[in-house]
Amino acid sequence: MDVILFLLFAAIAVACGVNLVVQKHPIASALSLVGVMGSLAVLYLLLGAEFIAAAQVIVYAGAIMVLFLFVIMLLNAGGEPKTPGKSRMAGLLGIPLMAVLLGLLSYLVQRALPKPAGVTFGAFTGGKPYDVGKAIFTEYMLPFEITSVLILIAILGAIVLARKEID
Amino acid sequence: MNFYIVSLIKAAVVAGALLTTLAYLQWIERKVLAHVQLRLGPYRVGPHGLLQPLADVIKLLTKEDLYPPYVSGFLYFFAPFLAIALSLSAIAVIPFGPEITVFGIRTHMQLTDLDVGLLYILAISSLGVYAVALAGWASNNKYSLLGGLRASAQMISYELPMALALAAPLLLLNTLSLRGMVDGQAGYYLGILPRWSIFQGPWPQIFGFVLFLIAGFAETNRLPFDLPEAESELVAGFHTEYSSMKFAAFFMAEYCNMITLTSVAALLFLGGWHPLFPAAYGSDYVAPLLFAGGAVMCFYHGLNPARRRDRYTLPVFGVVFLAVAAALLFPPLKPVLIPLFWFAAKVLGLLFVFIWVRGTLPRFRYDQLMRFAWGVLFPVAMLNLLVTGVLVALF
Repeated sequence: MDVILFLLFAAIAVACGVNLVVQKHPIASALSLVGVMGSLAVLYLLLGAEFIAAAQVIVYAGAIMVLFLFVIMLLNAGGEPKTPGKSRMAGLLGIPLMAVLLGLLSYLVQRALPKPAGVTFGAFTGGKPYDVGKAIFTEYMLPFEITSVLILIAILGAIVLARKEID
Repeated sequence: MNFYIVSLIKAAVVAGALLTTLAYLQWIERKVLAHVQLRLGPYRVGPHGLLQPLADVIKLLTKEDLYPPYVSGFLYFFAPFLAIALSLSAIAVIPFGPEITVFGIRTHMQLTDLDVGLLYILAISSLGVYAVALAGWASNNKYSLLGGLRASAQMISYELPMALALAAPLLLLNTLSLRGMVDGQAGYYLGILPRWSIFQGPWPQIFGFVLFLIAGFAETNRLPFDLPEAESELVAGFHTEYSSMKFAAFFMAEYCNMITLTSVAALLFLGGWHPLFPAAYGSDYVAPLLFAGGAVMCFYHGLNPARRRDRYTLPVFGVVFLAVAAALLFPPLKPVLIPLFWFAAKVLGLLFVFIWVRGTLPRFRYDQLMRFAWGVLFPVAMLNLLVTGVLVALF
């Protein structure tokens, strides 16, 4: 059951990812990205990370992508016009070459890295909110706080950049 | 195997009850609004318009399904499905009552209890924005687009104070499971004052409750924050181009979101199915007394009928009310019905507040709406969370 669900949602994630790049219209691309986020959340859930799955949906699929969509809709960005001068040859040659490149890369990565222990579904049970909170506020206190300060600085920077100059 | 059968039966019961409630909530809303405005409301179909929801469903099912030529195909169809699917799936984690025994099977009056139950509801509600935004965009109509944009901006803004208002009682109850939250509100102070979050020490969550309700009006796009579908400016906002069942899907989604929201408020702030005062003081008899009182009123008005048919319809309702009152006193049914009554009473009371506010307050202007969210609600919610956190840490 777990494996079937994993394969299903992994396939959906990859299909959405490909669709994100292929689609001409920004709204369709943004929605594909939402699909990727959603299927990733299901994969987290399958691995036992309930809190991360919920946070993934709330933060990425819910908040960030809605803002993306909002901006696209507000600017009313249309579909990309057909670029002239795109040769059929590039596509015909490019796709097999890309497949070869990807195969080569994955082979090299597998050679270079030590063989990891396999992942089993249901083996990990430390994904409950309690465990995550405890880990964040004891073991990973410093990285967590530093990240939050970093995000705060980024927010301030964005406000400074976006602010209208007041004379 | 047993688990699957029980779950299927529970899902069927919950889905049936939810859809009936959805249909009748609309009747209740029209009736309450009408009486707020000194009208009578639906009256023709069935006694006191009680069959009006049925007529509406038939009307919506058989209406012509218009398909404007300029809409963006797939997304135009996808948006209403998304709206209704998301809002219906949120009900899966709502507990309606405690653990009960039916025909020897012990089960909870809840479809499933997640450790991240509240986060699940927040996630579903944050995805609900897509349905509205996409409907507005896919309709290819300036009014719809403006409605969709307003809805997404408003829902993103109000999600923040809503989440902050929800976080404060979590500090008191120390869990994210909705069932665990209700269990954390059991018991009474001094044997009489319930330990609901809005009364619970060290910092009663009464401000959080009000903040949550206000943010809830905006989240469900209800008056006074129904800018996404402001008739006077935007025709009907994001659902201008939708007709027949696709319109009904948005309509049902709005009511379903209202039910989810009020259920969460009842669970987090009002102690779920725990009664207002202990059973030792006779809280078990409130429900039968209420229904018996309703029956007496029906019989009285049936004897002095205002119209001719009241002579037959009102006594029938009286008998139904009496039967319900008897069922509430019947010992084998009591552990199921009494908690259910208290939960339903709280949810219906909050739904009444929603309708009441709709009948009372005028619509805000859009800049006022945004200023209110960021300038008033957000700081107050933050302050409430801060005070709660400090007091919980101290005591």
